Amino acid sequence: MSYLDYTRYELLRTFRNRRFVVFAFGFPLVLYFAIAAPNRHETDLGNTGISAPLYFMVGLVAFGTMNAVLSAGARIAAERSVGWNRQLRLTPLSARAYFRTKVLTAYATAFVTIVLLYAAGIALGVRLSSGEWVRMTVLILVGLVPFAALGVLMGHLLTSDSVGPALGGTTALLAFLGGVWFPISDHGAMHAIAQSLPSFWLVQAAHVGTGGSGWGGLGWLVMAVWTAAATVLARRAYRRDTGRV
Amino acid sequence: MTDASIDLQGLTKSFRGPHGVVRAVREVDLTVGPGETVALLGPNGAGKSTTIDMLLGLLEPDEGRATLFGKPPREAVAAGRTGVMLQTGSLIRDLSVRELLDMVASLYPVPLPVAEALVLTGIEEIADRRTQKLSGGETQRVRFAMALVTNPDLLVLDEPTVAMDVEGRRAFWTTMRELASRGKTVLFATHYLEEADAYADRVVLMAHGNVVADGAPTEIKAMVGARRIRATLPGPAVGDLAQLEGVTRAERHGETVVLACADSDRAIRALLARYPAARDIEIAGAALEEAFLELTGAEDAKEAA
Repeated sequence: MSYLDYTRYELLRTFRNRRFVVFAFGFPLVLYFAIAAPNRHETDLGNTGISAPLYFMVGLVAFGTMNAVLSAGARIAAERSVGWNRQLRLTPLSARAYFRTKVLTAYATAFVTIVLLYAAGIALGVRLSSGEWVRMTVLILVGLVPFAALGVLMGHLLTSDSVGPALGGTTALLAFLGGVWFPISDHGAMHAIAQSLPSFWLVQAAHVGTGGSGWGGLGWLVMAVWTAAATVLARRAYRRDTGRV
Repeated sequence: MTDASIDLQGLTKSFRGPHGVVRAVREVDLTVGPGETVALLGPNGAGKSTTIDMLLGLLEPDEGRATLFGKPPREAVAAGRTGVMLQTGSLIRDLSVRELLDMVASLYPVPLPVAEALVLTGIEEIADRRTQKLSGGETQRVRFAMALVTNPDLLVLDEPTVAMDVEGRRAFWTTMRELASRGKTVLFATHYLEEADAYADRVVLMAHGNVVADGAPTEIKAMVGARRIRATLPGPAVGDLAQLEGVTRAERHGETVVLACADSDRAIRALLARYPAARDIEIAGAALEEAFLELTGAEDAKEAA
C-alpha cells in the first residue's frame, strides 16, 4: 500500500472545496492588489529602497502561505466533527502516513499561494533574478514546516466551531508580531518577542527577495524548536483524539 | 485451531459523568468464532457502543482485554482485517461516492472492487454524486458500503439501521445475509429484538454494562419477547391471577391488572374463562426496555441497597 490514492484524493478534496479555494487563494491576492496596485510606481517605499509591489508581495507571500498551511487545522477539525478521524483510525492507514498526507496537502495549498502571488507581483512590475526567486522560495518552504505542525496540532485540539476564531486569531497575531504588516524595529522588547516567533523568520525568509540575508543561527534554532514542540504536541493530540467529538 | 475472531475477557470501563462515575461496561466476557453472526442486543445505554469502541481499540479498557484474531485490536485493524460502521459519524465532503469508496479501498490489502460494493449496497445510482448532497438514508448506505469495500474477515456494525428508511433496512439485511453466507464474521449492535431474532445466529443480550444472556435467538426471544396482557378487572387478588395458566407474574395498578405471560394465547383463554368481567383487554409484546428491567431488576435492587 503506497497511500498514493489516499493522498491524491486528499488533494482533490481540498482543491474542490470552492469556499476554501476562494478564501485561501483569493484573499491574499485581492489584498495584494488592493495595497500594492495603487502604489505600483513607488520604487522606494518608506526609504527602504524597495519598491512597493515587491515589498507587499513578500509580506503577503509570508502571510498567505502561513494562512494556507495553518488552515489544514480547520479541515482536520471539520473532519473530526463528522467522525471521520475515528473512522480513519479503523483503517490500516498509519499515523505517519496520515500526517504526511496532511502536511503534503498543506504544502500544496501554500505552493499555489506562492505561485499566484509571484504572478501578481510580476504583473505589477516585480523583477528578481532567478537565483533570488529560487532562494526565497526554498527558504519560505522550509519556514512553513513549524506552521504545518501547528495546523495539525490545532486541528486535533479544537472543535469545528472554535477552530475558526482560534486559527484566525493565531494567524493575525503571528502576522502582526512577526512583522508581516510593518517592519519590526531592530531592538527592544518587541524585537525580542518577534525573534522568538516562527512568523518573524518566515517573513525574513520572504525578504530574501528584497535583499535580506535569510536566517542566521538564531533563525534556524527558533524554527527547529517550534517544529519539534509542535510535532511532539501534535502527535500526542492525535493519539489521544479517539473519542467521539 | 484458529483464533477466535473476537475475544473479550473481563472488559470493564467507567466514565466520569455529571452524576458521578458511570460504570458503562462491567466485566464483559465474549468469544465469537469465525463465521458467526452475532447480535449485540440491548436498550440505549446498555454499554454496546462502549464495548465496540474497546474491541476495536478506539478506547482503552480500565480492566480486561480485547483481542481480534488473537492479536491486539490495533494490529488486526492495521492488518486490514476489520470493516467497521460506527453508530455516529458522517462522510467527508467534496468527493463523489465512488471516489470515497475508492479512497477507503486503497487503504486495504485485498479490497472488494468498488463496483461490487456499490451493487451490494444498492447505491449505483448515486455513485457519482458528491457526498455532501446525500440524504440521511443514502449516507447510511454509503457508510455501510465503506465497511464492505474493505472486504474484512470481521465486520462490526454499531446500530447500522438506525437512520435508514424501511427500504434501506430491507436492502441492508439482504446484503448482510449474502455476506454471512461468504463466511464473514459479523457482530452488529441493535436495540431491535426483531433484527437480532431475524438475522443473527446468536444473540448476546446486554443491560447496564453486563452480558445478561447469550444464546440462540429463539431462547433470547423467549426471555425478553414475552407478551403481556393488560385488562381492567377490579377484584381478583394478584396472587390468584398469577396462578392462571400461561401467566408468569401479575401486577395490579388500581383497577388495571398486568399479566406477564410465557404463553399469552393460553393465558387470555384462562383469564376470560375464569374472570369474564375482564374488559379493555390489550395484548402487547413487551418493550425491550421493560423486558430488560425485568431481567436485571433484581440485580439493580441489590446494588442500590
